[in-house]
Amino acid sequence: MTPALRIISPGLSTTIQDVGRSGFQRLGVSVSGALDPVSLHAANALAGNPGNTGALEALYVGPTFAIDTDDTRLAFAGADAVIEILHNADARGGEIIPTMQSVRVRRGQVIRVGSLKNGATLYIAVEGGFAVAPALGSVSTDSRGKMGGWQGRPLVEGDIIPLRRATATERDEYRIDDLDLAAPRRFRAVLGPQNDNFSDQEIERFFASEYTVSAGSNRMGMRLEGQAIRHVRGFNIVSDAIATGSIQVPGSGQPIVLLADHQTTGGYPKIATVISADLPALGRLPIGSRVSFAPITVEEAAAARRELCATVDGIAGKMVRLATPAAAVAARLLECNLISGVQDAAA
Amino acid sequence: MLDYRVLPAGDTALVIEFGDRIDRELSTLVLSLAQALDAERIEGVVETVPTFRSLMVHYEPLVLAASSLIARIDAQVQKLGSSEILGHVWHLPVCYDPRFAIDLDEVAKRTSLSTQQVVERHSGPIYHVYMLGFLPGQAYMGEVAAELALDRLETPRTKIPAGSLAIASRMSCVFPLETPCGWHVIGRCPVPLWDPALGTSLLAPADQVRFVPVSMREYETLAARASQGVLRIEPVSEFVGAVA
Repeated sequence: MTPALRIISPGLSTTIQDVGRSGFQRLGVSVSGALDPVSLHAANALAGNPGNTGALEALYVGPTFAIDTDDTRLAFAGADAVIEILHNADARGGEIIPTMQSVRVRRGQVIRVGSLKNGATLYIAVEGGFAVAPALGSVSTDSRGKMGGWQGRPLVEGDIIPLRRATATERDEYRIDDLDLAAPRRFRAVLGPQNDNFSDQEIERFFASEYTVSAGSNRMGMRLEGQAIRHVRGFNIVSDAIATGSIQVPGSGQPIVLLADHQTTGGYPKIATVISADLPALGRLPIGSRVSFAPITVEEAAAARRELCATVDGIAGKMVRLATPAAAVAARLLECNLISGVQDAAA
Repeated sequence: MLDYRVLPAGDTALVIEFGDRIDRELSTLVLSLAQALDAERIEGVVETVPTFRSLMVHYEPLVLAASSLIARIDAQVQKLGSSEILGHVWHLPVCYDPRFAIDLDEVAKRTSLSTQQVVERHSGPIYHVYMLGFLPGQAYMGEVAAELALDRLETPRTKIPAGSLAIASRMSCVFPLETPCGWHVIGRCPVPLWDPALGTSLLAPADQVRFVPVSMREYETLAARASQGVLRIEPVSEFVGAVA
């Protein structure tokens, strides 16, 4: 039998994502890829994979799935969540682990990932990765283009996602404690490309305002609510290309930050573009968060990108061997304020 | 001296903007710059994305600084006056039967033409592929005859089938996948424009397209061959355009 994960419940919206497919935007193909590539890299490092291996990206509510292989290694990184490991589908309670660690699981066990806390995204990597065919060099799911990932769509109940490896490597488990996933005080952005469509006053107003991430947000765009921004020459422009992180201002004046699944082209003026180094933190920001923006130069942004690359390169060095004393795990769960109500199940 | 602006789109993309209109001259500039930069294979350039009036260049700033890239772009723009654009000429079969052309009657009514005249006006011109966008393999083709130019539907449809041929203002598109759409659907093309398995698009920016009306019976024959994966369509010729 093919080694696989069997999806019992997909969660709110769970897709396979790697770092995306660039190089085909001129053909109308979106880049897609992980909203938070830093956490994707962390999950892969814990699982023993190259950092850009495709993993499950869960949004807000995690999936529940069964292990259909002798044994395998999973790793969870990103938002906090209660992860329950049940001995079988009928078990009433099981072992509970936090995120930011790897765990070895075996055939028949059921992994139940709860609601995410302190973040919108959680990455679930499996050692060796998923045995899905890349589309244009990437296994990222592009739901609009119906390609990549698992059948070009978010997972649904009953999906059986094949794995590349049937067994886990013999080794210890690891955790990462000190990866800084906190949101910056202000997200840094480069002015443009259509800042000419806004007066200096409106641009100042935009950077001085605080916005709330609204419920209409998705993998295509983060919709913000707050101070409306007025255009000087109307809100329709002849379509041009879109970069990830660009902040477009439609007729309503409420900005939308374009994220991984954005269309390749569009026709609203873009006042500024969030720098690449701040996109992972933006991608993991949940609905209801408050955000504001700070203008910086392209040169400063390149320095920030260099720092982000150093952070990603340093992830493997932050891994510490998991000693597995139950008390340590419980302490970490308490710290995350996560075990109220599930203590009995864990007992 | 060419009038253009280089605008940052964050720290990993630049926009080279030649104007703010949909216009063949601007498009030729955009596409010839795209082809020139692609041919130069500059280390650190990730990809170029041509649109109606501008070219986006995605780059890796840790390999290629924005200032160096801008210098390379400026040098290419200076040479554009003598450059050509290369594309293919395609004849695409299209069935304008009312069973597919759900908006044909309405288009005829609003333009005070007969449905036959709408089909003639639409299949008459040779269209220029300005850009691809919105969906994989979706080409924006112009210009639709001025007398067929209509605003988009007030309420977009939640779904139109793959292969739908539609018009809005002076543009025509064949939608490669089932999609929500606010354009006027006037036919269907049996030729798949996007191959999801290979990740290839039939049409590319700078191509030329003529729509060839086919009957329902011909459509069905072609569609059956397409579904078996044996419908091969080749360009009828090469196209060479020049910057005016």
